[in-house]
Amino acid sequence: MTVRVFVPKDSAAVSVGADEVADLLARAGAQVVRTGSRGMLWLEPLVEVETDRGRVGYGPVTAEDVDGLVAAGMLDGAADGLGPVEDLPWMRAQQRLTFARVGLVDPADPDDHERHGGLDGLRAALAMDPADVVTAVTDSGLRGRGGAGFPTGIKWKTVAGAASDLKFVCCNADEGDSGTFADRMLIEGDPFTLLTGMTIAAYAVGASEGYVYVRSEYPDAVAALRTAIDAARGRGWLGDDVLGSGVAFDVHVRVGAGAYICGEETSMLESLEGKRGTVRPKPPIPALEGLFGQPTVVNNVLSLASVPTILAHGADAYAALGVGRSRGTQVFQLGGNIARGGVVETAFGISLGELVETFGGGTLTGRPVRAVQVGGPLGAYLPVERFDLPMDYEAFAASGAMVGHGGIVVFDDTVDMSSMARFAMEFCAEESCGRCTPCRIGAVRGVETIDRIKAGANREADLVLLEDLCELMTDGSLCAMGGLTPLPVRSAIRHFGSDFGIPVTEEAR
Amino acid sequence: MSIEAPPGLVDEVVNRAVETHRASRGALLPILHAVSEELGHVPPSVVPVLADRLNLSTAEVHGVVTFYRDFRTTPPGRVTVRVCRAEACQAVGAEALLEHAVASLGVERGETTPDGAVTLDEVFCLGNCALGPAVQVGDRLHGRVTPARLDALIGQAR
Repeated sequence: MTVRVFVPKDSAAVSVGADEVADLLARAGAQVVRTGSRGMLWLEPLVEVETDRGRVGYGPVTAEDVDGLVAAGMLDGAADGLGPVEDLPWMRAQQRLTFARVGLVDPADPDDHERHGGLDGLRAALAMDPADVVTAVTDSGLRGRGGAGFPTGIKWKTVAGAASDLKFVCCNADEGDSGTFADRMLIEGDPFTLLTGMTIAAYAVGASEGYVYVRSEYPDAVAALRTAIDAARGRGWLGDDVLGSGVAFDVHVRVGAGAYICGEETSMLESLEGKRGTVRPKPPIPALEGLFGQPTVVNNVLSLASVPTILAHGADAYAALGVGRSRGTQVFQLGGNIARGGVVETAFGISLGELVETFGGGTLTGRPVRAVQVGGPLGAYLPVERFDLPMDYEAFAASGAMVGHGGIVVFDDTVDMSSMARFAMEFCAEESCGRCTPCRIGAVRGVETIDRIKAGANREADLVLLEDLCELMTDGSLCAMGGLTPLPVRSAIRHFGSDFGIPVTEEAR
Repeated sequence: MSIEAPPGLVDEVVNRAVETHRASRGALLPILHAVSEELGHVPPSVVPVLADRLNLSTAEVHGVVTFYRDFRTTPPGRVTVRVCRAEACQAVGAEALLEHAVASLGVERGETTPDGAVTLDEVFCLGNCALGPAVQVGDRLHGRVTPARLDALIGQAR
């Protein structure tokens, strides 16, 4: 009998040679199944062999390793490897709900999805009253995973209560934040879960059309999603009569065009309408006047992909995890200069240090960690002294930081934090939509001011000026782009003042 | 050397893109993507044509084309190499990698080599943040790219 081996098709795995490995294994006689990635990206390409002990892992496997491993009995699970993948400490220490099937199933195979319980949440939802679905999502405590952390159920209730013949569900997959890649991995590894999450949202609020706005930098995710949508239509999971319930809902893919700002929800709506991706002032809120002026649910990929597990296993089970007002799990992403990078899905409340050191194993270079940036390019830089911070929306906000989309980027002690602060302003200047002055002009002035601070001629006065500018951008910008760019800048100055030529005192820490 | 598309081809591509997507909501972006995919860029001559076909003003179409980084108004090289310089890749040497690319290709970011072979550009995040520095060659993503590996990738693509 032919042995089944699993090789990720996730673009991160492919970026380090998974396609070549898969080809060689197929030539060696194995039946190769292409899956998503388990998220242990430092082990990619990670090959899993089906055995009676479960799926036994080998990794990282390069094309040059394949012949030797096959000769040593890899295809019987006999060669020395990592052992059963599910038993690896990195996997066992997680609570995978949203990512339960990522890395396990063939993302192009609807049968595989259904066999692994992928439709349980949708079936449960369709058996309930739509208002009860909204209540379940509210009771689960789910908050927007895109970064803002707004309660998903409240948003849905607003859309459900709006009177309109036409409502939309828009999924924000414009994952432009550096250090975040969980949206991409979910779409590439388990796209049906996103589609069922969107369908549940549509049923709950009475929407008939869905759009997924995927960034163009993710061509593999776009392809995986289109394949899944075609398959879902073929199965009647999408279309005029979803699972025979009489509910009509269909999903369309829209591809972004290289504008970071389109990850901001109102810019995304403008872009979906075929316009320049400029930010809309709020109110009106998109829940009432969103896409083409109609009531619209706008949720991040991970928010929507968390909904099926909530409906399948109950709001209480989800809400039982987490701390304070941060309920359930978050898919954390470890990137940058890190020994063991990847995704870790676990309940809120885990400490920053545990993620970076226990899961991540410190830096890739082996040098000491100096700084981590949490929550993307608009998130704060934190020193190791803050590694005790629990991953919790409120705890981070109280420390002048943000959890954001759960991305953590690690830097070693060679980093120059004044350069990173400058980059934050440079990035804002490059990506500002131009609609409001504090962001459009402020970011340019920010770069200039930081350059003068680095040159050091009139440092104290320039630091005061920069602080003034940061205050203005925070208070005066139309959206989070200009409003949060001061977060990395100010936190870099506060925690790493020596890089700006500021004498370091103990209390500055 | 970059080659301008012949006008007949441009008309054909634009017509096909409009017919395929005009029934879609917010059709302009899908149409521009379709044109860009076939021609490698969006020639300025198509702006008034699209405006006419979609009942938009020329200014509106021009505004959209120029807002988005993906829509070039001039033809790119035969292959586009994009080096990620977002924070996660910077943490593992992206800036030095980009400097190396600039030096070895002899062009700045956004420019094309004189032989029309390679367009070099920067990009902010390719979603490969745990395996940086990341580079995209065409549509293909590469991780853990060293300067030597980048040279090899560019050599293969040329």
